[in-house]
Amino acid sequence: MNVLILDYPFMQRALLAALLVGVTAPAVGIYLVQRRLALIGDGIGHVALTGVALGVLTGRAPVLTALVLAVAGATAIELIRAYGRASADIALAVMFYGGIAGGVLLIGLSPTGTPANLSAYLFGAITTTSDQDVWVFAALSVAVLGLMAVLAPRLFAVSNDEEYARASGMNVLALNTLLAVLTAATVVISMRIVGLLLISALMIIPNAVGQAVAGSFRGTLLTAIVVGVGVSVAGTTVSFYADTPSGATIVLLAIGVFLVAAAGGAARTAVHQRRRHVRAHDHEHGPGCGHEALVHGDHVDYVHDGFRHAPHGADYDEH
Amino acid sequence: MTGFLGGLLTGREKGHRHADAPPDAPVVALRHADVGYGDRAVLTGADFTLRRGEVVALVGPNGAGKTTLVRGVLGLARVLGGDVELFGVPADRFKERWRIGYVPQRNSVGGAVPSTVEEVVGSGRLARRPVLSRTSAHDREVVDDAITTVGLADRRRAPVATLSGGQQRRVLIARALASEPEVLVMDEPTAGVDAASQASLVRTLQRLVAQGLTLLIVTHEVAPLADVLTRVVVVEDGRIARDSRRPGGVP
Repeated sequence: MNVLILDYPFMQRALLAALLVGVTAPAVGIYLVQRRLALIGDGIGHVALTGVALGVLTGRAPVLTALVLAVAGATAIELIRAYGRASADIALAVMFYGGIAGGVLLIGLSPTGTPANLSAYLFGAITTTSDQDVWVFAALSVAVLGLMAVLAPRLFAVSNDEEYARASGMNVLALNTLLAVLTAATVVISMRIVGLLLISALMIIPNAVGQAVAGSFRGTLLTAIVVGVGVSVAGTTVSFYADTPSGATIVLLAIGVFLVAAAGGAARTAVHQRRRHVRAHDHEHGPGCGHEALVHGDHVDYVHDGFRHAPHGADYDEH
Repeated sequence: MTGFLGGLLTGREKGHRHADAPPDAPVVALRHADVGYGDRAVLTGADFTLRRGEVVALVGPNGAGKTTLVRGVLGLARVLGGDVELFGVPADRFKERWRIGYVPQRNSVGGAVPSTVEEVVGSGRLARRPVLSRTSAHDREVVDDAITTVGLADRRRAPVATLSGGQQRRVLIARALASEPEVLVMDEPTAGVDAASQASLVRTLQRLVAQGLTLLIVTHEVAPLADVLTRVVVVEDGRIARDSRRPGGVP
C-alpha cells in the first residue's frame, strides 16, 4: 500500500468534497430531525435527480441544474405545507415518484445517456468530482454554514415549537423555506460523493449518534459534525482502496458508528440503573421484609428491583 | 416541590415592570370582533378589554371559542371582523410580540433532538433580539432569572426530556418569561397537574402579578386559581356570555 491517495488530483477533490459534505449535512440535518421531517432530504434528492438528467440532456453542468431543481422542489414543499390543501405527506410522496420518473425519462431522451449512467449520481463515486464541482460545493458550503451560524437560534426555536415561534413574531414561513433551500443546497453538495439516494442518511444518522450520546442540542450538533466528517472522509478513503461506491461505504460506516453509540448508550443506562439500585440499598433483607423470597439451594434470595439479593448479615450478594 | 418553592424564595424581586403606563390602560381590546381560521369565524361579536394588572380567566365548554380568542391575541388566529387592538395598535400591525408571553397547553417540551432547559428557555429570549445579534450578558441574566423564577435553577443544564410533566410545564412558563413580557397568556395551566403543583403555580402567578404582569388564562377550572384571579369571563357558543369581577360569581 505504497500509493499515497493525495497524490491523485481526483482524490484531493473527492476528499475535499467529503469534508464539505461531512460538515454541512449534519449541521442542516439536525433541524430536520428536530422537526421530525427526516425524509424531506430524500424527497429533495429525488427531485435533484431530475435536475441531473436535465443537465445531461441539455449539455449543461448537472450540478447546477440539480441545484435549480432541488431549490425549486424544496420551496414548493414548504409552500404546500404552509398553504396547500393536499397534505404535506402526499406532496412529499409525489416529489419522490416525480423526481425519479422525471430523471429516468429525461436521461432516456438524452442521446448520450442511459438510465445506467445515473448510478454514480444515485450512490456516489469518488472519481466524478470535477474542479468546477469543488468550487461550487465550496461556495455552497460557505453560504450554508454562514447562514446556519447566524440563524441557528431562530432555526432552533422554529424547529422546536413552530406555534410558539409564530406567537413570538418570527417569520416562520421564511425560516422554514430557508431551511428547505439550505437542505437543497446540501443535497447538491453531497451528490458526487454520497449520491442523491443516500444523502439523507448523512443528514440524519450522525444526528442519531449525537442524540444517543449528548444531552443538549449543542452537544448533539457538535457530535454529529465530528461523526459526519469522520465517516465521510474515512468512507471516501476506504472507497479508494476497496474500490466500492463511496456513498454506500460512507453510509454503512455511519450506521456502524450509530450502532456502537446506541449500544454504548444502552449499556451506560443499565450501569446507571445498577449504581442507583446499589446506592439505594439501605435495607436488611429477611423474612417478612416485603421482597419476594426465593429458595436458592442452601439459602434464600430476595427479589429487589429485579435483582436477586442473598443476604449475609446486614450486607448482601447479588445472585 | 421543595425545589419549586426554593426557587420562588430565591427569585428576583422586581418592582412594577412598566410604571410609566397608566395603571389600568387596556393592553388587549376586542370590539365586536370575529376571530377564526381561514374564513370561518369561531368567536363572533366579542367585546372584551383586558387592562394592565388584571388576572382574567376565560372559561367555557370545549369548542366555545376561548382558545380562539387568545389565539387571535397571539396572532395565531385571524381577525375576520371588528377590531382587535394590542397596546392600542391593531393586531395585524402589532410588531412588539415580545410584550405578550405565551404558555401553550402542552405536557412535553422539545422536538426529537435533546435540548436543555437553558436552550429551550433561551429560545424565548429571541423575540427581544435582532436577527444578527449575539447573546448578551443581559440576555443570559434574564434567561437565568426566568429559570430561577420557576424553580428549576438546579436543573438548567438537564435535558428537558428527563424532567417530569409538571417541570416541563414550568420550562414553558420560563420560556415565556424570557422575553420579559407585560402580558402572559396561558392555556390550561392547571390541567392534568396535581394539587401541590397547582398551589405552587398559583404562588408563582401571584409573584408575577406583584411584579406588574397582566395574566389572561384559558381554563376549565376556576377553583384552583381563585386566589389570584380578579375577573372571570365566560365564553359560550362563540360569544362572550358573562363577565364577572368576582370568581365566586360564576356557577
